[in-house]
Amino acid sequence: MSQQSSPRRRLTRLMTVAAAAAAGLLVLSGCSPSGSGAVEGSFGFTEAEQVPDSEITVWVDASREPAVTAFQEAYPDIPVKLETYDGGAGGSGSFQSKITLMDQAGEGWPDVVFSTQQNDAIWASKQTANGEQGFAAPLDKGFFDQEFLDGFAPGSLDFATIDGTVYGLRNDLAQTVFYYNQTLLDQFGYEVPTTWEEYGELGDKLAAEHPGYILGSMGDSFMTYVYYGGSQSPVFQSPEPAVFHSDTSDENAQNISKIIDGMLANGTLVQDSFFSAEFAEKYADKLVGMPGPVWYTGAIFQGGLATPAGQIGVAPPLSWEGGEVAAGNVGGGQWYASSHSKNLEAVKTFLEFVTSADEFQVEASSGYPAYTSAAEKWLDKLAGDAYFVNDDFETVMSDAAGQIWDGWNVTSWSPETAWSKVVIPGIAAGETVESLLPAWQKELENEATVNGYTVK
Amino acid sequence: MNAGQSRYGYIFVSGYTLLLLAFGLLPTLYAIYLAFTRNGAFVGVDNFVRVFNDYRFLPAVAHVALYIVYWLISLIVFVVILAIIVHAIRVRWLGNTARFLFYIPGAIAGASSVLLWLFVLDPTVSPVSGLLRSMGYESLVNVVAVDNLPVVFTVIAFWAGAGGWIVIMYGALNNISSDIMEAARIDGAGPIQTAWHIQLPMLKKWISYMGIMSLAAGTQLFVEPKILAQATKNVVPEDYSLNQLAYLYAFRQNDFSGSAAISLVLLVVALGLSAVFIFRGRLFEHD
Repeated sequence: MSQQSSPRRRLTRLMTVAAAAAAGLLVLSGCSPSGSGAVEGSFGFTEAEQVPDSEITVWVDASREPAVTAFQEAYPDIPVKLETYDGGAGGSGSFQSKITLMDQAGEGWPDVVFSTQQNDAIWASKQTANGEQGFAAPLDKGFFDQEFLDGFAPGSLDFATIDGTVYGLRNDLAQTVFYYNQTLLDQFGYEVPTTWEEYGELGDKLAAEHPGYILGSMGDSFMTYVYYGGSQSPVFQSPEPAVFHSDTSDENAQNISKIIDGMLANGTLVQDSFFSAEFAEKYADKLVGMPGPVWYTGAIFQGGLATPAGQIGVAPPLSWEGGEVAAGNVGGGQWYASSHSKNLEAVKTFLEFVTSADEFQVEASSGYPAYTSAAEKWLDKLAGDAYFVNDDFETVMSDAAGQIWDGWNVTSWSPETAWSKVVIPGIAAGETVESLLPAWQKELENEATVNGYTVK
Repeated sequence: MNAGQSRYGYIFVSGYTLLLLAFGLLPTLYAIYLAFTRNGAFVGVDNFVRVFNDYRFLPAVAHVALYIVYWLISLIVFVVILAIIVHAIRVRWLGNTARFLFYIPGAIAGASSVLLWLFVLDPTVSPVSGLLRSMGYESLVNVVAVDNLPVVFTVIAFWAGAGGWIVIMYGALNNISSDIMEAARIDGAGPIQTAWHIQLPMLKKWISYMGIMSLAAGTQLFVEPKILAQATKNVVPEDYSLNQLAYLYAFRQNDFSGSAAISLVLLVVALGLSAVFIFRGRLFEHD
């Protein structure tokens, strides 16, 4: 016995030492100097201690990388660390998940974040679970001059405005219009549709007379904005904070679903994602027309499909017969500044540059700039290139910006996830959208409940 | 064993013990604390009730349970059969090559193996697109339909994990005394009878061990659905598995207590099932 007890005692001792060491390790790693040096600033939030000329970390999606590159060329003295992430595309929520983790750790936040989603200000403006200030810095409490903020298109900062405070800068506008290929329309002898009914009828005609040609795709989750927001279907509404309303049995929702189902059945709507390599390969010269946001110009026509100038035209958004014209809104990214940044001056310079300077918004951005003076130059550039066949495309696009339907709202979660979960696999399995509507609404309402909304 | 030797023993296990405490035991204790409190106040089982009432909870349980059933059965059946077959191969280079080939996929770490499978599963780019199309799948969205996922994840997990177990089982088969095998042969037992009456019973402990380890890994299903969800823009739901749900609770809903409650449920279930394997397989008994 005595031979055994000695190592056992030693083991106990060792375990104690080990536990103490481990605890020490945890305390060390968990501790963070979040409080030190912080000051209540003049910008409406508690600023971190500023370190002049320190590097700023910027998160962007792949499409916004040119913004960072252009900035580095224009301001070589400001060190920028570029990190790419998915931009929250498809409602992935990666922006929020990453920041929540950093909030928990009390360190590691990026200085500037670009998000493809419109709803991030809802959570980013809130205090964190442990009572720290929210990630997004208030931007209109002295951080930016009012004059600069007034340069954005009217209403474009609304999504990022929470309780009257602006938390994000809009990158681009995303109103829907109707794109058409004039060359193909002329060849087939068709007119540009102006209503959803005509769009559906064109599908029937095209499928019968010229099979293989298409009028769009349902393969991306943001089609929920194009077809349901654009058709004024009351599917995703938040009439007041923390209240959610969805009614897929509404006439508009039912009618647009029937049109989509007809076009899926006759093959004029396909199910490949616009951003898949396959889409460009299969349909680059088969796309007769489609409703879509103004950023399709650069992202799809000039980008993936590489359609040459002089073929594509832009018509006003589709409406219901006898109804008012209304545009859907499909994204339009947002830039956020971190309230924890140690170099706010650089952050300010960066944000002013990427939202308003010609080097990115006019020269390298695919979308319609939200900053009005840049938007004018962007439109001029397209006119100069004679990209679109119709001379009035500028008016069409800017009119649509003012016609965005106000019956589609933003909430703390994305409408895209429910669409991806229920509708996309459903139609891929051959079900009709109409038959999936109740399940889609149920999923939306369930998500609302989980996110603390009351379903009404 | 003298004092000097045992001191080295402690030194060798100390690194593991430290890490186990720091990243295993203490986080578990923290999770237990979180699961029964909310914002620091004791709330009893409220967090569990909230999680159980979540519309995503039961589907996630069903998804993970189905996956584990598929995965454990296929693992136990095929690993044992393959190990016995490889062990029976008399040609040395062939046996060695077979084991090597089985083992290779295990060298690819979790996330990257899923990326590789993303290509295999997409009929538009897959090297086995003919096979996928003949099964009626025209796009990735068809292949990763929710009902197919348990099979898809089983195939991925088997491909990545089975090789290591085949090698371990092979070693275990080598440990069976040649006297016993020879006695069986003299008594007229063929390869199948030998496998059934001798090799299988003697592998029981190893099979239990494989069962426990795989069960623990299986309940924690996360990387595969997470990456597929990201790649398919949530056509594979982001709340497919329990661990994904725990992740959503923590980092999307800012509800670490709910997240801890899910984790604790997983821990209890995994412990319970492991106990069955341990006592059924008499894992801790000496020969």
